[in-house]
Amino acid sequence: MAAVPMIAAMPGLVRAQTPATATVNTTKLAITDTEVTVGQLHSATGTMAISETGSIQAEQLAIDQINAMGGVLGRKIKVIQEDGASDWPTFAEKARKLLVSDRVATVFGCWTSASRKAVLPVFEKENGLLYYPTFYEGLEQSKNVFYTGQEATQQILSGLDWIQKEKKAQTFFLIGSDYIWPRTSNKIARKHIENVLKGKVVGEEYYPLGHTQFGSLINKIKLNKPDVVYAIIVGGSNVSFYKQLKAAGITADKQTVLTISVTEDELLGIGGENCEGFFSCMKYFQSLDNPNNKKFVEAFKAKYGPKSVIGDVTQAAYLGPWLWKMAVEKAGSFDVDKVVAASPGLELKTAPEGYVKVDANHHLWSKTRVGKIRRDGQFDVVYETAELIKPDPFPKGYQ
Amino acid sequence: MDFLSEFGAILMMQGFNGLSVFSVLLLMALGLALIFGQMGVINMAHGEFLAVGAYATYLVSATVQTYLPAFMPHYFFFAMALAFAVTFVLGWLTEWLMIRHLYKRPLDTLLATWGLSLVMQQSLRSIFGPREVSPTMPDWLMGSWQPTDGVDIPINGLFVMSITLILTVGLLVALFRSGWGLHVRATVQNRSMSGAVGIDTKRVDRVTFALGCGIAGIAGSAFTTISATGPTSGSLYIVDTFLTVVFGGASSLLGTIASAFLIAQTQSVSEFFMTGSMAKVLTLSAIVLILMLRPQGLFSIKVRK
Repeated sequence: MAAVPMIAAMPGLVRAQTPATATVNTTKLAITDTEVTVGQLHSATGTMAISETGSIQAEQLAIDQINAMGGVLGRKIKVIQEDGASDWPTFAEKARKLLVSDRVATVFGCWTSASRKAVLPVFEKENGLLYYPTFYEGLEQSKNVFYTGQEATQQILSGLDWIQKEKKAQTFFLIGSDYIWPRTSNKIARKHIENVLKGKVVGEEYYPLGHTQFGSLINKIKLNKPDVVYAIIVGGSNVSFYKQLKAAGITADKQTVLTISVTEDELLGIGGENCEGFFSCMKYFQSLDNPNNKKFVEAFKAKYGPKSVIGDVTQAAYLGPWLWKMAVEKAGSFDVDKVVAASPGLELKTAPEGYVKVDANHHLWSKTRVGKIRRDGQFDVVYETAELIKPDPFPKGYQ
Repeated sequence: MDFLSEFGAILMMQGFNGLSVFSVLLLMALGLALIFGQMGVINMAHGEFLAVGAYATYLVSATVQTYLPAFMPHYFFFAMALAFAVTFVLGWLTEWLMIRHLYKRPLDTLLATWGLSLVMQQSLRSIFGPREVSPTMPDWLMGSWQPTDGVDIPINGLFVMSITLILTVGLLVALFRSGWGLHVRATVQNRSMSGAVGIDTKRVDRVTFALGCGIAGIAGSAFTTISATGPTSGSLYIVDTFLTVVFGGASSLLGTIASAFLIAQTQSVSEFFMTGSMAKVLTLSAIVLILMLRPQGLFSIKVRK
C-alpha cells in the first residue's frame, strides 16, 4: 500500500500509467482522471434487507480491495449506494437514477428475481451494466447483465444426481415457497427426477412466503416416506420449517433432506442444531478449504466482525467488482459495449470458490458442491463436481 | 406397521396439528381481542409487541448462553416473564403517552398505533439488525413425545398449547370473577356511568391496555419455540390476528376462541387434502363468505352506546 502514495506523488508516472479519460470513456459516463463512479443497488431496508446485507458488504469489500490496489485503469472506484427498499418499482426508479442522472459505469445489485425483472428494461434501454449475484431460476439472458450466481441447472441437476447415487434415492418430496423461483426450480427438479433419474415425485407442496405452520406438511412427509425431502423454502419460513421438522422427530438419522435455499446466513436464524446432518447444494460454502477462500474469509471477518458469516450469494456478489475490473482492463475502456465484448472467456483465478470463467451467455462456469450442515452453523463439504459446469440458462427438455 | 394403524397415527398427528394451529391463533389474538373488545382501540402495533416479546426471549437466551450455560435448560420461563414485563411496561407507556388522548377519536388510534408499529419496527431493526434471529431452545423443548410407535407429538406444540390454555383461562377468570374484571366490563358497557359510580375508568383503561400488550409479549416469547423473529415478523402475525378477532365478533373473547378454533380446523383439514397455498385460499374465502352473511362476526355482545 505504500506504493500508492508514492505513485501519486509523481504526476508524470500517473499519466504514463493512466490512459486519458477521453479515450476510455466515449459515452459520457461519470469518470474523471482519478475516479470512476459505480452504483450499488440493493435493499438496505424492508424484508429483503436480511438477505441483501451480505451482498452489500461483499461488494464493498471487493471495491475497497480494488481501490487499495490502485483502482481500475488507474482510477479509484467511488460508490453511489441506492436503496431498493425491497420494493420492485423502487428498484426500477433507482436504476434509472443511477444510469441517467449519475451516469455510473456499472451497477452491482438486485437479489430477488422480481427486482431483477423490474430493472431489466431500464438497463436495456439505457444500455447500463448490471452484475447480479443470486442463484436463480434461469430462463434469462441479457446483453446488459452478468449473472455471477448459479442458474438452475448448475445447482439442481448435479445435486440430485449425487443424492440419488449416494442415498439410493427413488422417491422425492418437493417443497417450496409459493413464487417463481421455487416453482421453476422444482419444475426442473421434477423433470430431472422423472426423466433422467427414473425416480418418482411423491409430493409437491407450496406455502405462502412467511408461512409459519408446517404441521400438515410434516404429516404428509411422514405418510409418504420419501427417500429425499427436497426443500426450497425461503426466508424466515425456513426457521419454522426446520424447528418443526426436528420437533416432529424428523432428523437426519431418519430422513434425508436436501435444500438449495439454506446458506450460512439462514443457519444463523435456524440454528445449526435444528438441521444438523441435512444437505445443502450450493457452489460456495464458507468452510471451503483453499487459499483464495481463506484470504477472503479473513478479510471479510476483519471488516465486518468475527461473528459475521458468508453465504453462497455473498461470495457471488464479491465476484462482481473483480470481474468488472478485469473486463474493463482487458477492453481498455469503461464503455459498456466494450466491457461486455471483453467479458466472455475471462478467468478469475482468485475467486474464493476456486476458479470461475465467464461464458458467452453471461453466466459463470462453476462447480456444484454439496455441504452437510454442522451443529455450529457451518458446512462440511461432502461432494463437489470434478469439472466446472457450463452454464445453460435455457436447458432443453426442462422448460 | 400395517396401513390402518399408520393411517390412525397420521390422523392423530393431524388432529394435534389442528389444535396446535388453534392455540397459536388464539394466543396471537388474545391481547388484541382484550384491547379491542374492552376499549374499542384497534392496536395496529400488536404484532410489534409480539416481536418485542420474542426479542426479549432472544436476549435472555443469548445472555444465559454466554454467561450461565448451565442454566440453559431452565431459562425459558424467566425469558417469558421478562417478555411480559417489558411489553407490559411498553404498553403502559403507550397508553399514557398516546392512546389516552385519542379515546374520543377511535379512527385516529388506528393511525397512531400504525405509526407506532413503524417506529417500533425500525427501532428493532436498528438495535438487532435486519436479519432474523432465533433463541437457542432448551433441548427438552425441541423433542417429541411418542405415545405409540409412529406418533410424534412435538413438545414445542404442547408447550404453546399449555401457555394458551393457562392464559385464556386466567384471562376469563380475571374478567368474570375479579374486581378488576367487573370494572372492565362495567366500563365497556357504559363508560360515563361507571365513572359516576366511582370506577377509575382511566386506570382500568391503562391496566387493560398494558395487559393486552403483555399478553402479546408472552405470545411472542412462546412463538420463538416454533418460528423466527425479525423486525418485520410483527406484520406477518397481524393479518391472521385481525382475521381471528374480526371473524369472532370483535368484542367477545368467547367469539375469538370459537373463531380461532374454526379457522385452525378449516386450515388444518384442507391443508391435508390440498396444497398449502390452496388451503389458505379456501380458508380465506370461507371467512369472507361467512362475514358477508354475518358482518358482526360469529359472536357479538350488545353494547350500550
